[in-house]
Amino acid sequence: METLQQLEEKLKIQLIQQLNLAEIKPENIVSDAPLFGDGGLGLDSIDALEIIVLIEKNYGLKIVNSEKVKEIFYSVRTLADHIYQNQKP
Amino acid sequence: MKNFISRYCIVRDSKINLNGKIIFEQETDLNSFLINAYRKFNINYAKFFKMDLLCKLAFIGSEILVKETGMLSKYKGNEIALVLSNRASSLDTDRNYLKTIENKENYFPSPSVFVYTLPNIMIGEISIRNKITGENAFFVSEKFDPELLFNYANSLLASDKTNCVLTGWTDVDKENYDAFIYLVEKTNPYPGTEHDKNQISALYYKG
Repeated sequence: METLQQLEEKLKIQLIQQLNLAEIKPENIVSDAPLFGDGGLGLDSIDALEIIVLIEKNYGLKIVNSEKVKEIFYSVRTLADHIYQNQKP
Repeated sequence: MKNFISRYCIVRDSKINLNGKIIFEQETDLNSFLINAYRKFNINYAKFFKMDLLCKLAFIGSEILVKETGMLSKYKGNEIALVLSNRASSLDTDRNYLKTIENKENYFPSPSVFVYTLPNIMIGEISIRNKITGENAFFVSEKFDPELLFNYANSLLASDKTNCVLTGWTDVDKENYDAFIYLVEKTNPYPGTEHDKNQISALYYKG
């Protein structure tokens, strides 16, 4: 089973592809930097929806608790952690 | 009252033509062509890469004209109108969106594709980029319609609210693409062309 760090690195590649972040390289994405708003990747609400699609498509996980979304989607690390904790074996 | 076509840009047949001069040329697929044009003209707008082909095409044409004419320093955002048109609507993107939902076993509708399944979104993208808040309209017609664009631009300019109109035709259908975007102003700051139906047709067809 892959480690959390490996999952983070894989997620960075998937985010770049899914969100058409053409001018960003995986090594430029800081794992604990905010994904949304200033100071991070500057993602928007459409990107949030695409991330929901990404984790369902690639990891079989649905976001059922919308109150937790902000917390889960805060950074690559929090996203990877959520997947790591909840992914079906 | 006379109005003037001060500048125009045509994107067609692997070339970008600004006022009759080829400023970029590359034989490649449309997406690569537009991305390479974006880099060639040193445009810095990350959202470009999220746009569909139709928006990328309109965006590149408008960026070139905005830089060429200095229109954003001459006019306030609410004085600029945007009037665009095409034949294929957003069909190219509609097909791409369909691919994300047609397989029930692999059903993952794409929000970022879905947002481009209306052709007037290109007007939204140009408006956001340039902070344009004037009148806007989008028309779908069987073929390029100079009379429609001529009449609509003139009616806007005759009002007190609009002092220039960025207008034209931007069409994408698979690898077929055709953009003709031009700026109509009340004054004639360059040796521009008088704004009339025949001149619009002549510029469109002569390429």
